[in-house]
Amino acid sequence: MEYAGILMPHHEFSHPDVIIIKLKSGYNVGIKVDERSELALVSKARERPLKRRSAKEDSSLPTISFLGTGGTIASYVDYRTGAVHPALKAEDLVATVPELSEICRMRSKVVFSIFSENMNVETWQSLATAIADELNDGVEGVIVPHGTDTLGFTSAALSLMLGDIPRSVVLVGAQRSSDRPSSDSYINLLSAARFCIKAQAAEVFVLMHGETSDSYVHVHRGTKVRKMHTSRRDAFQSINEGPVARMDLKGELEMLGECQVKSSVKVSPDVRMEKNVALLQFYPGMGPEMVRRVMQDQKGLVVAGTGLGHVSKEIVQVIKELVSQGKPVVMTSQCLGGRVNLNVYDTGRDLLSAGVISGEDMLPETALLKLMWVLGRTDRLEQVERMMSENLRGEIAKRREL
Amino acid sequence: MFEVTIGIEIHQQLDTCKLFCSCRSQLVDEEGALFFRRLRPTQSEMGEVDRAVLAQAERRMHFAYQAPSAVSCLVEKDEEPPHDADEEAMQTVLIVSAMLDSKVMDEVHFMRKIVIDGSNTSGFQRTALVAVDGALEVNGHSIGILSVCLEEDAARKVETKDRQVTYRLDRLGIPLIEIATAPDMHDPEEVKEVAQRLGSILRSTRKVKRGLGTIREDLNVSIPGGARVEIKGAQDLSLLPTYVRNEMERQRSLIEIKQILEKRSASPVPIEAKDISALLQGSRSKVIHSALSKGGKVFCASLPSFVGTLRSADGRLRLGSEMAQHARSRGVAGIFHSDELPAYGITSEEVVSIRKFLGLGDMDAFALCADQADRAEPALLAALSRANQALTGVPEETRDPLPDGTSLYSRPLPGAGRMYPETDVRPILIEQDRLLRIKENLPELPEARTLRLVRDYGINEQQSRQLVREGHDELFEDICKDASLVAVAARTFLSTYPEMQNEGVDPGSLDDVKIKEAFSALTSGRFTKEALPAVFREMVKGASVDQAVSSLGLEAMDQDEASKIIDELIGQRADFVREKGTGAVGPLMGVAMNELRGKIDGKEAADLLKKRVEAFLKG
Repeated sequence: MEYAGILMPHHEFSHPDVIIIKLKSGYNVGIKVDERSELALVSKARERPLKRRSAKEDSSLPTISFLGTGGTIASYVDYRTGAVHPALKAEDLVATVPELSEICRMRSKVVFSIFSENMNVETWQSLATAIADELNDGVEGVIVPHGTDTLGFTSAALSLMLGDIPRSVVLVGAQRSSDRPSSDSYINLLSAARFCIKAQAAEVFVLMHGETSDSYVHVHRGTKVRKMHTSRRDAFQSINEGPVARMDLKGELEMLGECQVKSSVKVSPDVRMEKNVALLQFYPGMGPEMVRRVMQDQKGLVVAGTGLGHVSKEIVQVIKELVSQGKPVVMTSQCLGGRVNLNVYDTGRDLLSAGVISGEDMLPETALLKLMWVLGRTDRLEQVERMMSENLRGEIAKRREL
Repeated sequence: MFEVTIGIEIHQQLDTCKLFCSCRSQLVDEEGALFFRRLRPTQSEMGEVDRAVLAQAERRMHFAYQAPSAVSCLVEKDEEPPHDADEEAMQTVLIVSAMLDSKVMDEVHFMRKIVIDGSNTSGFQRTALVAVDGALEVNGHSIGILSVCLEEDAARKVETKDRQVTYRLDRLGIPLIEIATAPDMHDPEEVKEVAQRLGSILRSTRKVKRGLGTIREDLNVSIPGGARVEIKGAQDLSLLPTYVRNEMERQRSLIEIKQILEKRSASPVPIEAKDISALLQGSRSKVIHSALSKGGKVFCASLPSFVGTLRSADGRLRLGSEMAQHARSRGVAGIFHSDELPAYGITSEEVVSIRKFLGLGDMDAFALCADQADRAEPALLAALSRANQALTGVPEETRDPLPDGTSLYSRPLPGAGRMYPETDVRPILIEQDRLLRIKENLPELPEARTLRLVRDYGINEQQSRQLVREGHDELFEDICKDASLVAVAARTFLSTYPEMQNEGVDPGSLDDVKIKEAFSALTSGRFTKEALPAVFREMVKGASVDQAVSSLGLEAMDQDEASKIIDELIGQRADFVREKGTGAVGPLMGVAMNELRGKIDGKEAADLLKKRVEAFLKG
């Protein structure tokens, strides 16, 4: 049998002896090659230069800055080879979402290009610095396309690092990559730009689909948002408060919660962070020795306890030791919904006497980033406790309606 | 040279789980939860982005989806990545590939084929090429098999309203085997035979769905001087030859039109429409009046040298109807053209004034379209583009088959599939020894089955062949596990079914479960075998077995009740019975059966009648 077609790159899960050929019909097929197989080069691939589009600019429109972090929120497919290219430049974004050029002027910068799982303190620091520069340059808003896995961590980190900001920073992702006709990226990107322009808000937000239908998006506060589903479009939910705003596909905006308003404040980011902070989820039977070992070179600990914020007797003991070593321990709940309360049961009271800090209604992840940020500025326990208990960026709500 | 060249593509639904999730492969009446999506042409597809084009595309791409909970999950909703390809479906396609003697790929790769009509929530159809280069022998003629693919079926369109299409997700994801033959057929009847033959090979795996809509055929038809035209999605096998013949006729007439236009040295018509609303302000034509009164417009365009080709006097040349189909695809009800005017309320005076307005000569034709301005003008322009295609002959296109054996323009022939790898599904390595095992254990071929049915059930070969060819064999064997049902089952499939079809009643709409219910009701004595055809006719109308029995008044009687009716009959004819003695049984039988047919068995009725007559005579 003879097959002719374009030789494709080897697939990760393909058998090592298989080569993949894209036939004229468009189908890829895997052909096993052994010593009897004959391969002949028909012709070499021709590089097809990517057509760059010039983004037409209407100088009367506000400027929005797009800061790339990697991920495929904006990308396009070469059907000849099946390769998916990320759209990194502003021109490429316009090409994917041409409607953008009707509502804003765009400038773009690729801060880095990594999978969102690989985010860390350094990337948050450089992202916060880049955002601050853009905001201080007077843009109407900053949009950060971001992989969805760690979107909530980044939004919490940026909320804390950036401090008061004059305009909104909107992190936006896609649960279906934009090479697909059904991608949620177009609506999310376009809505993010509209939100930056229309809303009087000036905070760090996450904007994603509000439901499975392509009907409206929700805008979540950066410190209160969490990815609650592995794959649905409406995976992002505000926890312990409602979304801040809702916007439909026509751009009709409805503000649902309170937030900081636009101003002319200059951004002076404080990006100091203590990296050696751990987040542990308590489970029945959790070994105290493991926690001791983990904590040997850590400077602080956030625990996602059970229920109102509980751990076993053995772990209470470990926490007591940690606090006495000057390592702050913050209690949050693995229930996510609701507030930690250490007064109701004995264990809670024991934890308080052990010196644990109540994380109130903070998400465990937000509490982690906050403790990193706080420890970046002080290691005095009383000061850490005061700052952890204070609502800095909307991460703690004192009251919650039913 | 052959008079016609035909290739077919057959799409058969499999009776397994869905291809990429664990949902059942079943169509349901339940609508389920409703959600809404939009699809966008992806960037690479659009090439240079024209804002207006995108806007227009956008408007057409709002879709509503019904998601019945029992047969759709997050995968169909495009809210979860696909699971691994269904093992049973994969095994079935490998068996079919082996039966078609085709070469299976060493590794099967699923692809995403872009489809943005909304029928796939993802915007693409997952499809994999499994085997190529096979052959099928039909009546001593070898038909090449180009490819065997495994793919997912699309969602089912349930409604189109204004600009929103509603789909139901029950059908989305049902595995389909797609078999494409080489263009090796040259006789309309042969198409049907090849399709039947492929159907019986597929059915022999016992893993395919049966019944209306579970097997669909695409026909690729071309005649010399014509072009490849695809008639897509025919469901009625018996109509295949008719579709081919009608398409041959259509292509011949288009070639004739081309020759006529050539002889007249016709040049392409200008693609421009003129507003003649003012000219037709007082028109009594319903279509025009209604459009104008709703604020619409009438657009008109000249077709120099086209007279007589839009519709010839003998009705053979019908370019006008082709143009109208293109116009309709832009949302209008149709167009009028000069070959059919004056008519439809448009007077000869109006025709003259239009001709004058356009400055037309004797050989020139015109077409007009009345509707909302934003529909009428693009529709008329689409019709003009179609007219210009007539200069080059037969355009390649995709057509929808109609139940009367003709077809309608649906869209241009798609180019090579815009495909890219489905990275969410792992490639599937097909080991040689797996193929070997499959080859050693191939299911019974149709010929073997024909002979076995003769042997096992004592039916004749012609009956057996018909059962196998028409795909009733599997159900027949199922029913005939009760040996007393062989004769009545054979009669049902071989004569009741064709009778019903002749009456225009489609027994194909009954599913196996319902058919088996009817037979088991028969075995349990709910009614008699004479009543079975009537029961089926009721069931096709949507009745359950119980409803059919009660609406036909078939509640089977016990002997006491039947005796009472017979005694009454004898009483009414007392003199006659006394006179004839037991000789009265024969003549009375007909009268008795009128009352008892379907309620008790014929032989039982005769015995009972005889007994009651004897009892009566004894007094």
